[in-house]
Amino acid sequence: MSHALVEVQDLAKIFDVSPPWLNRVVERKPKAFVHAVDGVSFSIEKGKTLALVGESGCGKSTVARLLVGLYKPTQGQVRFDGTDTAQTLAGPGGQALRRRMQMIFQDPYASLNPRWKVQDIIAEPLLEHGLISKPEALKARVAELLRSVGLSPVDAEKFPHQFSGGQRQRISIARALATQPEFLVCDEPTSALDVSVQAQVLNIMKDLQRQQGLTYLFISHNLAVVRHVADQVGVMYLGRLVEVADKAQLFSAPRHPYTRMLLDAIPDIHMSGRARTPVQGEVPNPLNPPSGCSFHPRCPHANARCKSERPALREFQGVRVACHAVEEARI
Amino acid sequence: MTAPLLQVRNLRVEFPTRRGTLLALDNISFDIAPGEILGVVGESGAGKSLTGASIIGLLDPPGRIAGGEILLEGRRIDNLPYEEMRKVRGRQIGAVFQDPLTSLNPLYTVGRQLVETITTHLPLTESQARARAIDLLKQTGIPAAEQRIDQYPHQFSGGMRQRVVIALALAAEPKLIVADEPTTALDVSIQAQIISLLKRVCKEQGAAVMLVTHDMGVIAETCDRVAVMYAGRVAEIGPVHDVIHKPAHPYTVGLMGSIPAMDEDRERLLQIDGAMPRLNAIPTGCAYNPRCPKVFERCRAERPELMPVAATRAACWLHQAAHKEAAV
Amino acid sequence: MSSSPAPAGAAPGAFKRFFDGDVWYSFRRSPTAIIAAVIAFICVFCAVFAEFVAPHNPFDLASLELMDARLPPAWMDEGQAKYLLGTDDQGRDILSALMYGARISLFVGLASVLLSMIIGVGLGLLAGFVGGKVDAFIMRVCDVMLSFPSILIALLIDGVGRAMFPNAHDTLAFAVLILAIALTGWVQYARTVRGSTMVERNKEYVQAARVIGVSPLRIMRKHVLPNVLGPVLVLATIQVAAAIITEATLSFLGVGVPPTSPSLGTLIRVGNDFLFSGEWWITIWPGVMLVLIALSVNLLGDWLRDALNPRLR
Repeated sequence: MSHALVEVQDLAKIFDVSPPWLNRVVERKPKAFVHAVDGVSFSIEKGKTLALVGESGCGKSTVARLLVGLYKPTQGQVRFDGTDTAQTLAGPGGQALRRRMQMIFQDPYASLNPRWKVQDIIAEPLLEHGLISKPEALKARVAELLRSVGLSPVDAEKFPHQFSGGQRQRISIARALATQPEFLVCDEPTSALDVSVQAQVLNIMKDLQRQQGLTYLFISHNLAVVRHVADQVGVMYLGRLVEVADKAQLFSAPRHPYTRMLLDAIPDIHMSGRARTPVQGEVPNPLNPPSGCSFHPRCPHANARCKSERPALREFQGVRVACHAVEEARI
Repeated sequence: MTAPLLQVRNLRVEFPTRRGTLLALDNISFDIAPGEILGVVGESGAGKSLTGASIIGLLDPPGRIAGGEILLEGRRIDNLPYEEMRKVRGRQIGAVFQDPLTSLNPLYTVGRQLVETITTHLPLTESQARARAIDLLKQTGIPAAEQRIDQYPHQFSGGMRQRVVIALALAAEPKLIVADEPTTALDVSIQAQIISLLKRVCKEQGAAVMLVTHDMGVIAETCDRVAVMYAGRVAEIGPVHDVIHKPAHPYTVGLMGSIPAMDEDRERLLQIDGAMPRLNAIPTGCAYNPRCPKVFERCRAERPELMPVAATRAACWLHQAAHKEAAV
Repeated sequence: MSSSPAPAGAAPGAFKRFFDGDVWYSFRRSPTAIIAAVIAFICVFCAVFAEFVAPHNPFDLASLELMDARLPPAWMDEGQAKYLLGTDDQGRDILSALMYGARISLFVGLASVLLSMIIGVGLGLLAGFVGGKVDAFIMRVCDVMLSFPSILIALLIDGVGRAMFPNAHDTLAFAVLILAIALTGWVQYARTVRGSTMVERNKEYVQAARVIGVSPLRIMRKHVLPNVLGPVLVLATIQVAAAIITEATLSFLGVGVPPTSPSLGTLIRVGNDFLFSGEWWITIWPGVMLVLIALSVNLLGDWLRDALNPRLR
């Protein structure tokens, strides 16, 4: 059994979105909090890909940012290779840890500084971590990285606006791989790309994973893409994990009602015209989540217990599901 | 065969820039029959949104229609003066855009916007218009329509807003709805709801729909026919099932292959190398020839027109021989 | 650190890119911008090279001829071609005085704008990037400064300066004046830069830099600053005109530049006394020069703002 590279335990992030103090006093408004991530636990093994899927407001992007240290957890722990990341990043070992994990972002147009040349963009992590300082060696390494993502070394002298969305995303990947990290967090890396460009980028990411033994946390709302890249899939709803399973298991036999609803709802070119259960309702306001199981207002199987008691993520036949109905074997 | 509702003939749209004139749409032709749902699919830069904008008459200057015709029920609408076009827009053609946030005026209640549209185009009194507005909201699935009609757009969620926008588009009983990426900004589960809503109300009202999107899945679920666009031209057009499962144009083949499927596992996705050419660098002959795995000499020299291939029509010289054989 | 519209990088490449770019194209096509630029250039040229361009040196007491005092402009009766725009009560040539005066005005204007840019951009970056209490504090300071009329602030600082350094007043007069004008102008930069910084801070390239582990100061300097400078340049061109006018006002009130280095404002004040005795040229010509400089710089600033706005192109 290989050692889990990334372990997340009871991770929570609460944002204070209260109105300003004066408004609260004068208008008697209460403090308002958003539980963007509400007790999430999972682990990723080395060389594997865990995908987190969910709709808007489910907290998957927040989880991504918690993992790389852009946010500090309110509760819970993120462990990378056995060490607590929040503590390490704040201390002297922070730079060494940052070298080992990097992030790729969703928007190819905003993730590269428009005023910097590609050479400088990709070289920045190398310079920041003091890995290479001689200009010729730097240039050579940047050229090598560009080639590894299917671009040419002459592209290093150009500016981001001279590239298309797909090429910019590849530059982002090259930058992320500069320090030879072991773990990459990918926040919807292909959501803003056209389908044929998406195919190119996904293929590159899979090739790189195979060649370099990378571990990915892949965030997406597109289940078809997730099916293509992931080994394990976690489904999130309003800050909580509702189901975690191996890919094959999740897609062939989804357990949680929300997972089933998601899979049913996707318009798919190969499966159009199939019979479906109609989808109900919309994602509730995260400022005012439903009591108990947050999915109960939309769930066809909800009962009184679902309204009052929050289900815990429990293991059933190799799948982890947070659902009373599954636990009680009602569905 | 019934006369087509909308006919687009050899439409050309160009953008004069300081570096020369760019041809954004190059001889587009297609028809939409009454009550039919036609999908227009393509990647960024293919010109699908421009096609929609030209039909509604909302082409952003300096873009302009440089040639061809657009006929609605046999009458030309591309060369109408502004006032005439304004009457056509709304009454004959409704529009649904991508961002529900900016499609509705945040300062007016939903009811007021609906009533305004209805009374502008239909000879109804205020109270009749209001009754019709409530009815429309109910049809588009807004709960408690009688109360919500007096609410402001910001009090609706994204999916609800898009339903209001659809209601607004249908308010004056148009014959054609142009929907430009109506579900792209919405969550997956809401997308499904909006797609089925659009399909249902359009069939009920007998309105034809031109659905512009980059999402093939949405096309598969909604449309009767689909046109695949590439670099400002139509690459293939035909019934949805045939274009998706038996694509004739190599670009369509590549496009279908690069979409990850929900029902099968593949190690690598089919990938089309290169990118769609920019408007100032469109190759001579067939625009797809630099990326086509089946390219031959004629492709680089002559631009192919749409020619019949089994159930669809594709702009590809590969099928010329078949065409000739069939003719003979 | 890049401070020009062309991105940081190889210098020869930057020039070529500028002339190929949309900004230069828009300039070529705008008659207003071209005329404004020409006028501004002439004024600046005369001001900088006054020693060579001016027909006389009005500060060389030996060359003054009292006999030539109060002569009207050359095209009127009694005017002399030697003194194109007339002379003042001491025989100084108005045209030459204009050029030397413009030099003082432009120097004070540009220096104070530079100083207020440094203060304003620095504080704006800090407020926008760090946020929280620091941001709130800086914004309150801005609000306070805006509630005072700028002339009052300038008078106050000037008064304090005189009180603190009564003997060194003349040499320090310029420094105090520039500081005074700068302190009234920095608020605009701070606010603009703060807004832009808050937008850029949330962009993913800044987040990527944070994930890499770049220090916040470096991120502010190397990533955010080049991207927020656009509006600052527009503001600066317009503020140069405002600064020159403020300096003129202060000099007119007598609390600006020392009388030994008369700026346009001083000239206007001095000439004002002669207005009602019919010798209008002594005050009007400096006024016209002031208006020309301010107008041309303002028009250039307007054009620059439109040229840099991608939506208007």
